[in-house]
Amino acid sequence: MSLADSPSAGSFRLSKLLTDKHYRGYTIQFLFLILLGGAVGWLANNAVQNLDRLGIAPDFGFLWNRAGYDISMKLIHYTNDSTHGRAALVGLINTLFVSVLGCVSATILGVLVGVLRLSRNWVISRLMTVYIEVVRNVPLLLWLLVIFAVLTESTPAPNEFRGANPTAQMWFWHNVAVTNRYVALPSPEFWRSLGNVDLGIFLVSLDLMALIAVIVLAVLGDRAWRRRAHRVQEATGRRPATWPVTLLLFVGAPVALLAALGFHLSAPVMKGFNFTGGILAPNPFFALWFGLTVYTATYIAEIVRAGILAVSKGQTEAALALGLRPGQTMRLVVLPQALRVIVPPLISQFLNLTKNSTLAAAISYPDLGATLGGITLNQTGRALECILLMMLAYLAISLVISVAMNLFNRSVRLKER
Amino acid sequence: MKKKLIWAAVAAAGLVATTAHAGTLEDVKARGVLNCGVNVGLAGFGAPDANGNWSGFDVSFCRAVAAAVLGDPTKVKFVPTTGETRFTSLASGEVDMLARNSTWTFKRENDLKLTFVAPNYYDGQGFMVPKALGVSSAKELEGATICVQTGTTTELNLADYFKQHNMKYTPVSIKTDAEGKQQFLAGACDAYTTDASGLAALRATFEKPADYVILPEIISKEPLAPVVRKGDDQWASIVRWTVFALIEAEELGVTSKNIDEMSKMTDHPELARLLGSQDDLGGELGLDKEWAKRAIAAVGNYGEIFEATIGANTPIGLARGLNAQWNKGGLMYAMPFH
Repeated sequence: MSLADSPSAGSFRLSKLLTDKHYRGYTIQFLFLILLGGAVGWLANNAVQNLDRLGIAPDFGFLWNRAGYDISMKLIHYTNDSTHGRAALVGLINTLFVSVLGCVSATILGVLVGVLRLSRNWVISRLMTVYIEVVRNVPLLLWLLVIFAVLTESTPAPNEFRGANPTAQMWFWHNVAVTNRYVALPSPEFWRSLGNVDLGIFLVSLDLMALIAVIVLAVLGDRAWRRRAHRVQEATGRRPATWPVTLLLFVGAPVALLAALGFHLSAPVMKGFNFTGGILAPNPFFALWFGLTVYTATYIAEIVRAGILAVSKGQTEAALALGLRPGQTMRLVVLPQALRVIVPPLISQFLNLTKNSTLAAAISYPDLGATLGGITLNQTGRALECILLMMLAYLAISLVISVAMNLFNRSVRLKER
Repeated sequence: MKKKLIWAAVAAAGLVATTAHAGTLEDVKARGVLNCGVNVGLAGFGAPDANGNWSGFDVSFCRAVAAAVLGDPTKVKFVPTTGETRFTSLASGEVDMLARNSTWTFKRENDLKLTFVAPNYYDGQGFMVPKALGVSSAKELEGATICVQTGTTTELNLADYFKQHNMKYTPVSIKTDAEGKQQFLAGACDAYTTDASGLAALRATFEKPADYVILPEIISKEPLAPVVRKGDDQWASIVRWTVFALIEAEELGVTSKNIDEMSKMTDHPELARLLGSQDDLGGELGLDKEWAKRAIAAVGNYGEIFEATIGANTPIGLARGLNAQWNKGGLMYAMPFH
């Protein structure tokens, strides 16, 4: 704190807390904080007393009790013998799963639509305008209900795949079945699996980890090879071909790894009422993912369009005058500058998408609101505790997204030196 | 920061909670209206008609209590509650009692601090399947997808039953009967499970009820009872003995039609006590002499309520079964009015 400009600097007396304009500011702020704290404390005390009298004082012990119910979609191990806490975790992971996938797909679709809306092709740009205006001006909840109803009503029930002459056909050489409950997909299996590592909360597949490691190594190796190509080009004027190495690293290495692990697909099989084996991805998940994607993409498209239009036309003209092709102009000149404008509002769209995923309740997707805020709340009657935990969870998710995106923003914003 | 947030939320909840305290009877009398929590809409048990008038089995018990306490069965404000909100509504004081097909369980009574006054319907959880499925027993449901209403004991019974029989299933959690109906009719689930009475009520609303069968297995005990908050014994007694009065009335042959003549029969001591023509039982509840008479006159005795709302001659078409009088092979047994 610098008080160098203040005439009273260095000669502080207690009376100055009231008489000196500078110190009086602190006094008022301090008093305000005390009043605010007192008000909050009074409300809290009032609440605790009332809850106590009703015999429902806050107690989080139920999180360690047996849940006793089943969940239709779980990405980590869960049975009805697990605890309420674990059921909440299953819901949280489902929320994160659909949110992350939604953010990725909405960004891809949004950028594409945003760029296409600026296209000089009249049909394409008008189509994109219609898409944006129609989708974003109808509430997301209605879209979700419509998408879910269409998925449920227009697809065959699993029992139509049964028998020697089924009325419904599986796709992709008997590997994929689209039903009115779920999409049955083949699951990846390994004959020589590396097994799993138990992290206490969930299992991590070593096969998947190995695959990710190989891909990361491929990226690093590819970069090193490109740098070498640059050096050779600068030294000799001839650039050695890089694509064979890229191909080898990104296709050859993963394929070799999968072959070594004995990778194969296990197709779902109709048995009894439902398909067994394979992965059964429930329709509510697809409806929610699709709904969040197409809805949020309209907002992202407008943000992208605004970002591109914010780059002055002179930049494009200069790039074209230098002999860059239109694609290169967009990729090398316009988009990097547009990102400065695009990223900050994009953060709020990601936050919106994550929070909108709570609409899952309408279409029976087992997100955090359905497990912790739904079934657990009902079975234990601990409404206050469950809602508080949910609020904390969403707050934490949103803050993490915010921090991550702000870091990204720092890396793309205009560097002023 | 996190702590502050917790306190703020607690405070918000606290503001709502301030209205609840012990003297429910005085509150209801001062207000002049009974706030009664009912189902958002379950045909036969509690549903509003086109004009917004509530009727049904559970609704009749609200009206009976209003008649006993306030002397007017129409002085009831019906508050629709979902499976999720019902107990919170009651605990927070939004409603004075619940008559909303709620199962009496240990946890609800002791963990949630509720008092279940007396079972007014003995139910059990069953399964409904389309006839075309060719299933005749719940034990054949291995691997099936099952629609289940969330926030009910049904979910837990379902998990227990399949675990016991070492079978697998996929649950589809639905919020309301309307949503469940849509999912079930679209074939998004193979079977629908809830209380057998609820299944019958739901099936009555289908376009072709005959295409669906209710499987014979009853996998749980579901004693449905009106609920009040724990800690107000006087109010609990009023609601409990109103239920008993309706059951007792059926046993003694008192109906809403013959009640005036019956109350003049001074040579029948049981009748005289119940209808208040001799003893003043009502005074001990904080009510007047004729509380039970008014309740019976307003909605009829237990049997009348049953037949008018969910009985064999209604679209719901439920048989008395366990809910017949104790001397007719059922479990309906009113404690003696002495």
